[in-house]
Amino acid sequence: MPAPTKQPDSADVARAWALLEALTDPEIPVVTLRELGILRDVRAGQAGLDVVITPTYSGCPAMGQIEDDVKALLQANGLQGRVVTQLAPAWTTDWMSEAAKDKLRAYGIAPPHACARPASGAASVVQFAARGTQPEVVPCPQCGSANTTETSHFGSTACKALYRCLACMEPFDYFKPY
Amino acid sequence: MNAPTDYLLHLADNALILGQRNAEWCGHGPILEEDIALSNNSLDLIGQARMLYQHAAAQIGGEATEDTLAYFRDVPDFRNYTLCELPHMPLMSATAQGDRDFAMTMARNFLYSSLMVLVWDQLQSSKDPQLAAIAAKSLKEVRYHLRHSRDWLVRLGDGTDESHTKAQAALDQLLPYTQEFWASSPHEAEALANGTGIDIAALRNDWNQIVDEALLEATLQRPADGGFVPTGKQGIHSEHLGFVLAEMQSLARAHPQAVW
Repeated sequence: MPAPTKQPDSADVARAWALLEALTDPEIPVVTLRELGILRDVRAGQAGLDVVITPTYSGCPAMGQIEDDVKALLQANGLQGRVVTQLAPAWTTDWMSEAAKDKLRAYGIAPPHACARPASGAASVVQFAARGTQPEVVPCPQCGSANTTETSHFGSTACKALYRCLACMEPFDYFKPY
Repeated sequence: MNAPTDYLLHLADNALILGQRNAEWCGHGPILEEDIALSNNSLDLIGQARMLYQHAAAQIGGEATEDTLAYFRDVPDFRNYTLCELPHMPLMSATAQGDRDFAMTMARNFLYSSLMVLVWDQLQSSKDPQLAAIAAKSLKEVRYHLRHSRDWLVRLGDGTDESHTKAQAALDQLLPYTQEFWASSPHEAEALANGTGIDIAALRNDWNQIVDEALLEATLQRPADGGFVPTGKQGIHSEHLGFVLAEMQSLARAHPQAVW
């Protein structure tokens, strides 16, 4: 029989934070959900803890796994709670910590540049680089060379583009600004 | 305040049906990178559709879920633009088979994404907070879709004689369907009136600018407007949607309420 739900206190919240801080992303296991900006909040809810997460890309298939991982971790540690998905404010790669970017680089993924902030409204909502202009430089995470080229806008997961380094000839993923 | 249910379904159905169409390339892309790109594009679109269906289902209440809305409605219930349901091949009668034409896929994604960057941008200030939140996420994604499809349109149009011919043919076939964007519909009028929707007809000049600049760069000619204005968003579809739904819904209907 399940134990009756106990109203979580601040000690439970702190314990949950400590546990969840260490939870890593299922697709990029070197960074935590906290560092990626996916884990937004842990608070006392009506029936147990509310763990607030925000999705990355709308169709990211890892979100279901993340929800399961959070629930399993709470349960394994005797904490009751649910996962609340919150859309606003929309997740952005700008929330990623510098430490997380270093870890990505060490893992072989070029970290995202800061998001461009195109003006809202009218056709300025989208701007295209004129043909022949130099695209932004994405340094190779393996050898550091700036001599790289984009193979495809879309890569192994929704959040990445595919690049290759023309110096060390290695292909690599680039975490796209979002 | 909530957006009218039919308005949410219109936005969701556009994303789902185009997502389903683009997913037809999964495993059949002309090159591996494009196979992956179109699958990613589909993931984004189906993800957007899910968020919109979840929002609509909460509003409808009862037994409605994202799955009942996607899998257990029939052709006249779908509110997507006719453009989104067309096959990836030069148009012919529904059961005729042809090869998928990559130029059709890219031209359609370009015409749709050019609209949706403008729509999602404006919907960020919808009075329906959940719709505004979905818009903010979707805008980030559709920018990538537009960049991808525009690049290809330019590459094909300003490419070889054959790629130019195919890109021009795709544009000639698809552009007339975009006239539906600007036609009025009851759910769009209702959404505009209560502040949850936008005045889509007011986006026409901006859309023309995005399209015309790209066509100029692609050395493609814009066909004249005129002729039949499609009515998909009002539930009156081409013969193609039934075939899309038959494939998309058959598994869910064969095993109702099955879960993974």
